[in-house]
Amino acid sequence: MTSTPDSSRQAWLAVLALAPRDALAQRAVARVAEHRFEWLREPETGLAMVRGRIANRGDRFNLGEATLTRCIARVTIDGHTTAGVGHVLGRDDERARWIAQLDALLQQPTLRDALQREVIGPLKAARDEVIAAERARHAASRVSFYTLKPEVSA
Amino acid sequence: MYIAVKGGEAAIEASRALLAAARRGDPAVRELEVAQIREQLGLLVDRVMAEASLYDPELAALALKQARGDAVEAVFLLRAYRTTLPLLATTEPIDTARMQVRRRVSAIFKDLPGGQLLGPTYDYTQRLLDFSLLDTGPAPRATDATDDSHDTTVPHALEALIAEGLVEASAPSDGDPAPPDITRNPPVFPLPRSARLQMLARADEGWVLGMAYATQRGYAHTHPFGGDIRYGAVAVELVPDELGFPIVVGEIEVTECQMVNQFAGSASVPPQFTCGYGLVYGHGERKAMAMSLVDRALRADEFGEDVTAPVQQQEFVLPQGDSIEASGFVQHLKLPHYVTFESELQLIRKLREEFDQ
Repeated sequence: MTSTPDSSRQAWLAVLALAPRDALAQRAVARVAEHRFEWLREPETGLAMVRGRIANRGDRFNLGEATLTRCIARVTIDGHTTAGVGHVLGRDDERARWIAQLDALLQQPTLRDALQREVIGPLKAARDEVIAAERARHAASRVSFYTLKPEVSA
Repeated sequence: MYIAVKGGEAAIEASRALLAAARRGDPAVRELEVAQIREQLGLLVDRVMAEASLYDPELAALALKQARGDAVEAVFLLRAYRTTLPLLATTEPIDTARMQVRRRVSAIFKDLPGGQLLGPTYDYTQRLLDFSLLDTGPAPRATDATDDSHDTTVPHALEALIAEGLVEASAPSDGDPAPPDITRNPPVFPLPRSARLQMLARADEGWVLGMAYATQRGYAHTHPFGGDIRYGAVAVELVPDELGFPIVVGEIEVTECQMVNQFAGSASVPPQFTCGYGLVYGHGERKAMAMSLVDRALRADEFGEDVTAPVQQQEFVLPQGDSIEASGFVQHLKLPHYVTFESELQLIRKLREEFDQ
């Protein structure tokens, strides 16, 4: 099931992984209920070793681990079979399932456009809004230096 | 010969019940929720995640509730939990230049790309007790900026000086080697810098802070400047076995410190600033800054500096910085040593007899 890097798939997986649980549930539950999925890998929770780089540029080093839950779902629609991956930080099985199921559906040519429009688009817009609001709140604490100019003698 | 000792069982059971009651405190006071700890004792949660080497805010909050707020005990609980989970993946290195910064200050440049973003900090508070917090009240609101044009990428403050060659550049060693993992392979000294940073990132904050302070007080030679200190959220990416390309799996909060120290140079290399690096989970500025001072001090060999202080010695700084190992060994002394002590008692009685003759 090795695929070539697919920027649109990377983009929707990022949107799904970063979506808050409630928002994801609201968009996913009804959508995935319409289809029958096979679990190639049931959700399992384990660790991801998080790495950094020295000074962000140099050698890699292990910063520590994070909890991670992953699963793989397969769906067949009109004879077209796709497998979706659900990888998400934390221990939430359901979230991982929804992500895998949506990833599988999003690879279905007949569903992709509608799902992009009705699931990925709104989730991305909601996140962009949250980030913009957070940025605005923090930006208020940016220091604006100003310099007092000495009076110029006439 | 072993002497079977019984009778502790009921006492241990009673002790556990006492602990549970002590943890709960006065039942007339509402029970603390894990979500409250996660949201309102966030810096403590962050510290526990950092020292446990496990990013999971909910579990860190749970550990703190169970440990009655004892940070080292909470770290222990989380480290023990960690050992029950399989390692599923290794992430791509996080990119702190693409951090969603909530705070970023530099002590070396007033004006710099991305600006001085104070964010949530105690630095400008008066450290006077706020008695209004004795009561609960409405949630405070942050001020919104009317106009914000800063980019999503905040370049590090040192970039320009690195480009000029005045600050040492960091680049991966040949072949970008996979770092050693000191939690899976016991550390063998001397450790490469990558392994030292892993140990420092999970070391006890108080220990690292004390070591860092020692370098400032003259035990080893450092003259540092806070080059770039930032805190915020970074995306975590990994390459699943099934895909072969990286995907985002979530985001974590980290604090990073790049400290600038005095020059090194040689006959062949012109003098340039050197750096110490600190990176920790969550919002942990004190720890990240202290870590960068200690990281730099531990590079004494690399720069041919005289090793004159304990903070420059890996085997002194790193193993002793692990709060769980330290706590375990110190605290094991309260467990029964009846037999060992009996033998010492017999020995001293014999020595005294000989002395008296």
